[in-house]
Amino acid sequence: MSQRDWPLYEVFIRARNGMSHRHVGSVHAADPAMAVEMARDVYTRRAEGVSLWVVPSSAIIASDPRDKDVLFEPMTDKIYRHPTFYQIPADVKNI
Amino acid sequence: MDQGLFSYLLRQGDSCLILGHRLAEWCGHAPQIELDIALTNVALDLTGQADAFLALAAEVEGAGRDADALAYHRDVLDFRNLLLVEQPNDDFAVTIARQYLFDAWQVEFYGGLARSADERVAALAAKGLREAIYHERFSGEWLVRLGDGTDESHARAQAAIDALWTYTGEMFERDAAVDEMAGRGIAPDPAVLKAAWDTRVAEVLAEATLRRPADGWMQSGGLNGRHGEALGHILSEMQFLPRAYPDARW
Repeated sequence: MSQRDWPLYEVFIRARNGMSHRHVGSVHAADPAMAVEMARDVYTRRAEGVSLWVVPSSAIIASDPRDKDVLFEPMTDKIYRHPTFYQIPADVKNI
Repeated sequence: MDQGLFSYLLRQGDSCLILGHRLAEWCGHAPQIELDIALTNVALDLTGQADAFLALAAEVEGAGRDADALAYHRDVLDFRNLLLVEQPNDDFAVTIARQYLFDAWQVEFYGGLARSADERVAALAAKGLREAIYHERFSGEWLVRLGDGTDESHARAQAAIDALWTYTGEMFERDAAVDEMAGRGIAPDPAVLKAAWDTRVAEVLAEATLRRPADGWMQSGGLNGRHGEALGHILSEMQFLPRAYPDARW
C-alpha cells in the first residue's frame, strides 16, 4: 500500500453555519468516502468546523501562473473597488 | 466504599486505557499519515474515557488516589482490562479487527450505560457514546475494505478475526460484580449486549466477505487480573516515566 496509489483530495471546512466553506488543505484517500473520514481526522481535531467538503484535486482547474500579470496585476491600482469608503454598521459581521 | 461500583469502573477505565495505549503505538508507524492521525485520535479519545472512568473510580474509592495513581501505580495483577485490548498490534488487519470487535461492543455498552441509574456513570457513557460511534464507523469501514479488498488483505483480515475471536467472550462475561451492577440498574445486562453485538458484527463481517468464527472456547481472566505477558510490557513502557520521576509535570 503506497501513497502513490491513493489520489489526492482537497478539503474544505465550514467553520460556522452562515459562513462559506474554506480550503484548508488536502488528504490522500482511496475513494471519496475515505477522503471525508481522513479529512475529519486530520483537519477537525480542534473543533474547526461544522461541515466538510472534499473534492478530487484533479477536478480543480487552475489559472496559469504565467498569466498572473495579465489577470491580476491591473487591479492593484484600482483602490476604489475596495469598499473602504463606506461605514460598515457595527452589527454587520463577516462582510 | 461501594466496592462493586469501584471494581466495575476500574474494568472500563483499564480497557480504555490499555487499548488507547496500544493504538498510540501506531504513532509514526501507520501506513499513511492520515491513518496515523486517525488512529492516534481514537487513542486519545480512549485515553480521555479512561481518565474519566478512573477519576470516578478513585472518587468512589475515596482513598486519596486519583486517576493517575490508578493508571500508573498499579501492577499487572491489579489491572482489570479485557484480554482483547492488550493483544499486540501485529499487522494493520489485526489492529483494525481488534478495534472493530471492541468498538461494536462499546457502542452497545455505552448505549446501555447511558441509561444508568447512577447519573455520573450515565453522563460519562453519553459522552463516550458519541466517540464510540465514530470509532466503530472508522474501524468497520476499514474492516470491510480489508476483507473485501485484495486476496492478501482478505486473508490477513480473516486470520485476524479468527485469532481474536476467542477474546470476545469476555466482553459478555457475567460474574458477581456484573450481576450486581445490572441488578442495581447501573450497568446493562451482558446478554442484551451480546445479542445486539452479534447482529452488528454479523452485518459488517458479511459486508467484508469475512467468515464469522464459531463461538468456541473463550479466553477469560483479564477482568479478574489474570493477563497475558503482553500487558506487563505495555505497563513497563506506560508507567516508566511516572514511576522513575514521580514529580514529573507536563
